[in-house]
Amino acid sequence: MGEILKSLKAAIWFMFLTFPIMVIKVNPIEDTVVWRWMNMAYIGVGVFFLSFLWRFMLARRNQGKKAEESGKARMPIGQRIAEEPKIKYPAIALVGAFALTIPFWADMYNTNIMTNVLIYVMLGLGLNIVVGLAGLLDLGYVAFYAVGAYSYALLNHHFGANFWVVLPMAGFLGAAFGVALGFPVLRLRGDYLAIVTLGFGEIIRLVLENWNEFSMGPSGIANIDRPPFFGIKMDLFQKTDFMYYVVLALAILTIIAVTRLKNSRIGRAWIALREDEIACQAMGVDRTKTKLMAFALGATWASMAGVVFAAKSTFINPPSFSFWESVLILVIVVMGGMGSVVGVILGASIIVLLPEYFREFSEYRMILFGGAMVLMMVFRPTGIVTAMRQKYTIHK
Amino acid sequence: MDWGYFKELLMGGVVKGSIYALIALGYTMVYGIIELINFAHGEIYMIGAFTALIAAGVLTVAGFPAWSILILASAAAVVWSASYGYTVEKIAYRPLRGAPRLSPLISALGMSIFLQNYVLLAQTSNFMPFKNLFPEEGFLENISEVLSATEVIIIFTSAVVMILLSLFIKYSTTGKAMRATAQDRNMAMLVGVNVDKVISATFIIGSSLAAVGAVLIASNMGQINFFIGFIVGLKAFTAAVLGGIGSIPGAMLGGLVLGCTESFGTGYVSSDYEDVFAFTLLVLILIFRPAGLLGKSDIQKV
Repeated sequence: MGEILKSLKAAIWFMFLTFPIMVIKVNPIEDTVVWRWMNMAYIGVGVFFLSFLWRFMLARRNQGKKAEESGKARMPIGQRIAEEPKIKYPAIALVGAFALTIPFWADMYNTNIMTNVLIYVMLGLGLNIVVGLAGLLDLGYVAFYAVGAYSYALLNHHFGANFWVVLPMAGFLGAAFGVALGFPVLRLRGDYLAIVTLGFGEIIRLVLENWNEFSMGPSGIANIDRPPFFGIKMDLFQKTDFMYYVVLALAILTIIAVTRLKNSRIGRAWIALREDEIACQAMGVDRTKTKLMAFALGATWASMAGVVFAAKSTFINPPSFSFWESVLILVIVVMGGMGSVVGVILGASIIVLLPEYFREFSEYRMILFGGAMVLMMVFRPTGIVTAMRQKYTIHK
Repeated sequence: MDWGYFKELLMGGVVKGSIYALIALGYTMVYGIIELINFAHGEIYMIGAFTALIAAGVLTVAGFPAWSILILASAAAVVWSASYGYTVEKIAYRPLRGAPRLSPLISALGMSIFLQNYVLLAQTSNFMPFKNLFPEEGFLENISEVLSATEVIIIFTSAVVMILLSLFIKYSTTGKAMRATAQDRNMAMLVGVNVDKVISATFIIGSSLAAVGAVLIASNMGQINFFIGFIVGLKAFTAAVLGGIGSIPGAMLGGLVLGCTESFGTGYVSSDYEDVFAFTLLVLILIFRPAGLLGKSDIQKV
């Protein structure tokens, strides 16, 4: 009985709460009002049932926490599967074979989408270093993406620079931007970083939009060259396939680099800093330097992904680098699992492919992502795939 | 230097600054108590503006007189904004007490995106014209050379609201409990402060102030859409940091400084870069005086 009463209370509260926004719609020009009472009924019924689910999930979460504290927690199924070598290696081989053969059986449209997925895998893994491993919330990640994209677009436009030359250059440039921005801010409390990076992202976009002589303003830069391959001439289909393989190679490189970084000394220092800054400093880790390294490395990857993006789409303009793009990348990392490489790959695939194949869903995309971020943080802060910490067992 | 132009910019800055200050108060109070950047605060402000618009629309159709529309629409905005603030805290922040600091921050961001798109889907993505709720009155005519009647009301109202808030924080029991919680949550609990209630109260007060700001600014600007909360929220946060986050007089000063900086920046340099001035100011203040103008530098306790 008590539970039903609680749900009833929640339903009534939400019906009141959503009343003006959901039910009434005014037209201030013609002074007419539309009443949509059905919405109120939907909200009432929906909240009544969701409220049960919410309390059940909360109770389950708290139980799980208790079990963890008493050391009785079981390893989650996903983790057990991932650690089992009999399943792990065939799975990698299968996914690898799938990724390698896509251009052979998919059409150009789908190959393009898969290229997109891979670009987001790169971006997600880059941000994963900053957010997932080092625990720094970077909300202006897309600014570094823009730095890379624009440096390739401009160098290519003015000097005809080659993709393969600009790619490492842009990486360094991104790192330089990361250091320049991170140095003053990383000494401060963590939350300031979120706001400063957010502001920085907006500044970069505003500058790109308004400084016409430099960036050609809102009209953007068109006709950017795709990456060349030893001067071999290719038609549009072959170019798309080649682009896919270039991005695939870069994504695999990123995966290897991030996995290696994670288990290195610096990677462990990041995780330790994320968990407890003061204890970590007491162990002799230089806080600012370590954080700066994470920030700069993240920026490097964003910048390289930007070069790839410019080469792939052959046209860029400022709206591609809005705050929402940063949020999208963050959602990939948060949903997939902070600190987990497999999680980020999974997250990128879900977030890019779902709106692509379910067009009618795209209208509700952002509201679902926003809600998912809250729910993920409340019920499963480690994401779909929980990041595994390296363990050592001593054989006696 | 043209004196008249300068005066105009200064007044424009003060008007903008008082609104920023009103919204900054919500950020600063929440940060002072639970050390969280409440990204959803800008959206609470946006919802306040929409509620006022909807209430005013319904009342206009029903044929109410102008002054009662102003009062009832503002009251509706305050009530619903406060309710949203309270609910957001309960859903998105309360279950995360004691979680790592990154979790509530991401949750707040998610809430902000959720609320924006909720209004977008339930209402409209277009700009809605917002009728000025303040009836034109004769007694304000003489100063309207530099300031319009609405602008005078904005400055006056925000000043009154801020004085009331300061008195409330200083003398009321809830205000004292808030200050105690901000200083040391565990200690406050030990002396019998209901911390959950204090946190809820903080969100309710902060959200109400945002709603007041929303009615004022929307009347002045003349239009609103679902996205207005984002940039105003960002600026208000900048104002809060500028003045020293956690400090209430700091938020007021920070709002005014930010408003004037923007006003002079757009007036003397370029109006394309309005937002750039605010962020540049934020970065500079964080580098040279991270505690803000009136803030105390914090000592990390182990």
